[in-house]
Amino acid sequence: MSPPSAKAMVEVSGVTQRFGTTTALSDVSLTIASGEFVTLIGPSGCGKSTLLRLVADLLTPTEGTVHVAGKTARAAREAQDYGIAFQQAGLLEWRTVLRNVELPLELHGVGARERRARAEELLEVVGLADVADKRPSQLSGGMQQRVAIARALAAKPALLLMDEPFGALDEMTRERLQDELLSIRAREGTTVLLVTHSVSEAAYLSDRVVVMSPRPGRIAAVVDVDLPLRATGTPTDVRESPEFFAATTVVREALRAPARVASP
Amino acid sequence: MTRAARQVGAVVAALVVLAVLWETYKALGPANGASLDTTRLLPRTDDRAMPHLWTVLTTLGSPEVSGVAGSRTVGAAVLFGALNSLRLALLGLLLGAVVGGVLALLMQRLRLLEAGLLPWVVLSQTVPIIALAPLVAGWGGVLRVGSWAWSPEASVVVISAFLSFSPIAVGLLRGLHAPGATEQELFASCAASWRQELVHLRLPAAVPFLLPALRLAAAGAVVGAIVAEISTGTRGGIGRLIIEYAQQATSSPARVYAAVLGAAVLGLVAAGLVALLDAAVLRRGRLA
Amino acid sequence: MRRVLPGWAGTWGRAVAPVVVAVLALTAWQVLVTVGRVAPFVLPSPVAIAEALGAILPQVVSAALATGANALWGLVAGSVLALVAAALAARLGWLRSTLVPLAAVVAALPIVALAPIFATMFGATSELPRQLVVTVVVFVPVFVNALRGLQSVAPVHADLMRACAASGWAATRTVTLPGALPHVFTGLRLAAAGAVISAVVAEYFGGLQSGLGSRITSAAANSAYPRAWAYVTAACALGLLFYAAALAAERLTTPWNRRTS
Repeated sequence: MSPPSAKAMVEVSGVTQRFGTTTALSDVSLTIASGEFVTLIGPSGCGKSTLLRLVADLLTPTEGTVHVAGKTARAAREAQDYGIAFQQAGLLEWRTVLRNVELPLELHGVGARERRARAEELLEVVGLADVADKRPSQLSGGMQQRVAIARALAAKPALLLMDEPFGALDEMTRERLQDELLSIRAREGTTVLLVTHSVSEAAYLSDRVVVMSPRPGRIAAVVDVDLPLRATGTPTDVRESPEFFAATTVVREALRAPARVASP
Repeated sequence: MTRAARQVGAVVAALVVLAVLWETYKALGPANGASLDTTRLLPRTDDRAMPHLWTVLTTLGSPEVSGVAGSRTVGAAVLFGALNSLRLALLGLLLGAVVGGVLALLMQRLRLLEAGLLPWVVLSQTVPIIALAPLVAGWGGVLRVGSWAWSPEASVVVISAFLSFSPIAVGLLRGLHAPGATEQELFASCAASWRQELVHLRLPAAVPFLLPALRLAAAGAVVGAIVAEISTGTRGGIGRLIIEYAQQATSSPARVYAAVLGAAVLGLVAAGLVALLDAAVLRRGRLA
Repeated sequence: MRRVLPGWAGTWGRAVAPVVVAVLALTAWQVLVTVGRVAPFVLPSPVAIAEALGAILPQVVSAALATGANALWGLVAGSVLALVAAALAARLGWLRSTLVPLAAVVAALPIVALAPIFATMFGATSELPRQLVVTVVVFVPVFVNALRGLQSVAPVHADLMRACAASGWAATRTVTLPGALPHVFTGLRLAAAGAVISAVVAEYFGGLQSGLGSRITSAAANSAYPRAWAYVTAACALGLLFYAAALAAERLTTPWNRRTS
């Protein structure tokens, strides 16, 4: 067992995950630095969601260790070091939008006034302040997903875990939410680990794209993405820049022939 | 199969526990029960109120009319009564299924009819239709339809059908509406007729809805048959036998228990028949 | 198959059509009985039933109160027992694997036939035997649906509770119980209808002559058919009242649950 390094937000070492006779992940190691945006991408069955669930301590690895924020994954979960958003928004339909965002704070015994203030602040951030008193069923899919992201951020987690959070949305909504996510992350300085099956989403959002391959699931390649226009340009500038196209090309080729692309 | 065996085992275990509780209370409970004001809250434990379970079982073998040679046993009376009631309940179920099925098809075809009729069919499940039993019973022996005299047995069948048509109409209609827009558009794009759409799309889609409805309808038909026999005074069925034996409770208290046991078996057999039908349909579905 | 509706048969038609059907049916009934000279023992006319109802209204109301009280007591007792049993069964695997098949068996039984047995056990001079019959009838649907509700936590909600490190009780309170409520009300709606039906029918097996069921039988035995039908009408009204009350409670308690029933 290697000691967790101080600056790593996530440290996965030598993890193998078996479900019965199938091996979902085989000897996976991955380190995510504090403040980094890392995307897991790969075909279905490559174990990308399994890896994310291991980091969230929703699964316990068959072999190997997972550390988050310098603690075991379990201790990190109990300390609410991470927030999580799933593919389904998973809102509690009997609560108002505001009280859905308050939920993680409520479960950790934060006082009513404080959690209300934080939830209102977050709804402002995701642009949903005006629907705070509505029920989830009255919201569109994109709005529900924004509520789920606000909920994931409620406890000011250092790490944000997202499992295909935009997977069920249309392309326009998806791009708008991607930009919102980037601006939230820039302001809060959150580390993000995101699972996706969209090449352009991975290239657009990440500092690093981890390409995985199936049977058994393992890391096939890691692609560094550097988009200089992120700092200076508009989202459209970035999406239309040659660097963005170059990055998508590398990721796409890594997905197609994982063995031939050398890890940088 | 092992799952089914485990479930049967669980039910048997539950029955054994109930039997032990029964005998334990009978042995240890207060002889005259416990009362609050005039209402008895705990039952008496004497043999008249709570016979030993083995007394109930042995009474099945005792002759119905003692001292008369060749009298049939209580067990035989219960068996014949239950079979007779089963026959009437199944006839009622059949009639109810036909009426409910035709209603469902009509409502599926004519939306206006659905709008006008469905609320009443649904509401009919929430009101005691069975309260009509004593009134339908009055038709027996008096009403004539052409040359055919309305028999008390016909009343029983009609009341059984009353209690079984509505679950079938509602369940089948829901099943006929089950196919989604995509499937309907596929059939429309093939210029399929209503009959073709019914046979190839709607009826197959309705099968999973129909079987639970049949289960409800069968339970309703059994209750209907028993209650109708009581109201009509139709002899020969288990319902009438329950009343007769209840009136003999002073002399042979175990008999009414035996009759109720027969009614329970009747309910189980009716449910079992539906389950067999279910299994047969499932097997066909797998082969197709 | 396209089914073209006449212009007026939209939302309006949905509300009006049942009323039209009822009026037509009542009119046809009245005409049939009057013109066809149907003997009252087969079918009294609606007007005759309404007259009978008006004439004996106080007796009808007191009988409906007696039957209604039995149905209510049984409904409350059966529901409480069923909810406790469902809560225990959701936690204890061995209890669940015993009670679930047992409930399936009991659902197939003609439970009202227990009335004479309860009468011999507790005596036929109180309403308790009938209330017990209702209790058993109510238990099954409430138990089955409540247990289904307690076991139907969405996987994403289970993940969320674990991710938030929620304690068992916190997860029960925030996710399991609110999620189970719509199922509980489905069971209660079924049970409310069953309670009235079984309370009426239990009276057919003898005992006190207090409620609607015994009045229907004695009126029918005396060939007072319009009077019997008046009691039947009251029994239907009582059933609708219980059902409507359950529906109203459901709407009030689970406003987020907009499933059409």
